[in-house]
Amino acid sequence: MDLSGLYETLSALPKGDLSVWQSFFLKFYQAWFANGRWQQYFKGLASTIEVTVIALAIGVVLGVIVAMVRTAYAQRRPGTHNPVLAVVDFIFKIYVTVIRGTPMMVQLLIMGFVIFSSSRNTTFVGALTLGINSGAYVSEIIRGGLMSLDPGQAEAGRSLGLGYIQTMWHIVIPQAFKTILPSLGNEFIVLLKDTSLISVIGGKEIVYFAKAIVNRTYEPMFPYIITAVMYLILVMAFSYLQSLLERRLRASDRR
Amino acid sequence: MIDVKNLTKAFGDHVVLNDISEHIYPGEKVVIIGPSGGGKSTFLRCLNLLETPNAGTITFKGTDITDPKSDINKYRQKMGMVFQHFNLFPHMTIMKNLTLAPMKLLKKSKAEAEETAMELLGRVGLADRAASYPSQLSGGQKQRVAIVRALCMEPEVMLFDEPTSALDPEMVGEVLDVMKSLARDGMTMVVVTHEMGFAKEVGDRVLFMDGGVIAEQAPPAQFFADPQTERAKSFLAKVLM
Repeated sequence: MDLSGLYETLSALPKGDLSVWQSFFLKFYQAWFANGRWQQYFKGLASTIEVTVIALAIGVVLGVIVAMVRTAYAQRRPGTHNPVLAVVDFIFKIYVTVIRGTPMMVQLLIMGFVIFSSSRNTTFVGALTLGINSGAYVSEIIRGGLMSLDPGQAEAGRSLGLGYIQTMWHIVIPQAFKTILPSLGNEFIVLLKDTSLISVIGGKEIVYFAKAIVNRTYEPMFPYIITAVMYLILVMAFSYLQSLLERRLRASDRR
Repeated sequence: MIDVKNLTKAFGDHVVLNDISEHIYPGEKVVIIGPSGGGKSTFLRCLNLLETPNAGTITFKGTDITDPKSDINKYRQKMGMVFQHFNLFPHMTIMKNLTLAPMKLLKKSKAEAEETAMELLGRVGLADRAASYPSQLSGGQKQRVAIVRALCMEPEVMLFDEPTSALDPEMVGEVLDVMKSLARDGMTMVVVTHEMGFAKEVGDRVLFMDGGVIAEQAPPAQFFADPQTERAKSFLAKVLM
């Protein structure tokens, strides 16, 4: 007997006559197969990945810029004064403080319902908010990595006559990258899971579609469990890629 | 060659260098000795502005390099530096360590830079380690590579910041030998060290630094045989035994 036939037969029976497994099957069928609903989850999944990638790109670009400026300012040559750098450093400091000091959810509500209240592209507003949020954390991770490297490395570069940017690019960043990769990976996993929050401002991703299905079937168990499994698979796949990259980077200096 | 005038450096309230004036002549081998905390390393690091002086000027071949408008990177190319902890770049092979700066700054081609590097590596007996990573080398080998890295920039002065202090005793000799041959070739050298034997053998002049000033200076033969100040006498009594 095929699944839809079984579903027809079972749903025709009175509820009290069904075994536990039969009612589980009914609920699962409703949550996954009925009306091609499984496509909804994959639509949500694709949207979740899209939002993550956009937010990631914004976060990394912002994070790198903020970290570079703040490190350059912290390590400036004593006695020199660069007013532009000082002002930009101050602005970035406020940015990091505000973003890290307020909850993600509140930032989303303010962006979605105050700043971009007239925007219809709520998914993009959500991705933008996540990116701005992630940028603050990424910048602190990168800054920590750059500042924690043995100062002797930068000194050796500078003593050869390399400029600040050349020293950063060839000597400091390649080494710092290796040390920050685990925390960066962690931050990306947090970001991926935080995309579920954008449904509060109407952003469309897995949770949004799962909620819609619950509203149709009045059965919350399977839609939300399916959602959880999808996140879990995404995170596990990402962790695997990260561990591959880490192993490769480690191989280059421990031969 | 390097003229230091009224150099003062303080970290917070702690004055490390107190109004030092000194001149280093071309071809001269100046050895700086003295107790820890006396300002030796800080003095050396001020010469290529790894530490920024609070006051005073440093003139390198007629140019005031402490002037904020001077391009310090250009002068650093002419002043090679060797560190106590080698500071080789661990993520690069020895060859890349040696060719990075010459290719970026002297605009040498890869082949040219590698040729110079191989020749110099051969001179310190490490030609076969060009493809290794720093983590595969012993301390003495690392320091010899670090010296070669500085030499690849064809410097006019070499600054050594306690180059043998972090080495196992049996590796000190190999590094000192490289430094001695460099001295024989006529390189101008400023060496902060605790190796009194090296100071005696190679130095043209010994600077004894204590309490942020050059407490005494003399040719090594005279300094070690007949120190003038009480401080130098008690220091030598402790280190020479």
